[in-house]
Amino acid sequence: MTGFSIAALTGDKLSCRRGFKPLFRDLDLTARAGRALVVTGPNGAGKSSLLRLLAGLLAPSAGNVRLSGGPEEGGLREHLHYLGHDDAVKGALTVAANLDFWRQVLGPTGSDVEEALDEVGLGGLGRLRASVLSAGQKRRLAIARLLVSQRPIWILDEPTTALDVKAQAQFAAFGRAHLAAGGILVAATHAPLDLGEADELNLSGRAIPLRTEEFDS
Amino acid sequence: MMGAFFAVVRRDLALSMGSGGGAGLGVVFFLSVVTVLPFAVGPDLVLLARIGPAILWIGALLASLIGLERLFAADAEDGSLDALTLSAMPLELTAAAKGLAHWIATGLPLVVAAPVLALMLNLEPAAIAAVVLTLLVGTPAVTFLGLVGAAFAGAFRRGGLLIAVLVIPLTIPVLIFAVAATTSAVTGPVPFDTPFRVLLGLALFSVVLGPVAAAAALRAARG
Repeated sequence: MTGFSIAALTGDKLSCRRGFKPLFRDLDLTARAGRALVVTGPNGAGKSSLLRLLAGLLAPSAGNVRLSGGPEEGGLREHLHYLGHDDAVKGALTVAANLDFWRQVLGPTGSDVEEALDEVGLGGLGRLRASVLSAGQKRRLAIARLLVSQRPIWILDEPTTALDVKAQAQFAAFGRAHLAAGGILVAATHAPLDLGEADELNLSGRAIPLRTEEFDS
Repeated sequence: MMGAFFAVVRRDLALSMGSGGGAGLGVVFFLSVVTVLPFAVGPDLVLLARIGPAILWIGALLASLIGLERLFAADAEDGSLDALTLSAMPLELTAAAKGLAHWIATGLPLVVAAPVLALMLNLEPAAIAAVVLTLLVGTPAVTFLGLVGAAFAGAFRRGGLLIAVLVIPLTIPVLIFAVAATTSAVTGPVPFDTPFRVLLGLALFSVVLGPVAAAAALRAARG
């Protein structure tokens, strides 16, 4: 992998509310290249919303997300991978066709389809329909998406759900390799992931209690 | 970027052909409308020939709407839509690619089936040619106008009804000028050209603006 040029992903005074419930307010965070940012907190603390917000899939109610140090400031979404709860796998297509689709759509800048399938442990299953894969295997296929297209920022929401212990370790290795190449990685996780040196952002202390006056305002 | 565009077209085509629904369903619906109608109207060949183009168009219009409500909803549910928005390709082009694939899978078969069904309605050759030509131009317009409703249905997670309410009013001008063109091809007095050119204009208008509006709807739903 070649080095990436984006130095940091920064969130300034981010606020987010879902419906009536404010999730967090005035949250500042910086994810630096080469150092993982792990977001922790209890269920419902707003981890997924924060990640969607960083990925530009959700608009913050206040604050903004920006990149620094890259040649192409701005175009955030073209520089990032977002791995959410859903695997974005179409059961009616073959495993290889699924991955090839994402390779074309996200930009064929990484390893080719066969190579990526081998790396995530799905080697030889390329011609199967994706509907026959187990939950863990679908997750591996989703992870392969990170490998077929090289992007400097990885935003991962519970990336190791449904993965067995060996695959979790392997996934952590992908993460470390990405960081070593100068990538940025933000992950929300309950399971401890060995990503090397990491900053932690705990959302539990920031949870804003739901008060009745919130409804009045 | 064109690689991404055609990847979306190919995938959506494979999905609609593969899963047994999509393409076949529209044609079967079209066939049912046209087959049932002569039983309702009665065996009056002259009457059938007169209302035939309108029947074919109503059947094609409604058949074009089948499957639209799943166009974005399926991608929204399995997380594909999130990943699609991260492509370097603008969301407008993604919407256009999905529209194109949907038209090839459901609109084009209607155009191909129309001449056969037209025979069942006692249409004369000139009318058949006119119906096929207007369908070829008009069904893309219907599909791309339908993209707007499809985007809303995908964004708000429920919306079979939304499609009918939102899209059918938008397609009325297409229906009017398509049937007017067919009628004038057979009986006059206006030349076929006049309403047909308006139809062409409507088609170009929707093919360009439909994806833009659909992308705007998807973005707005992100809140």
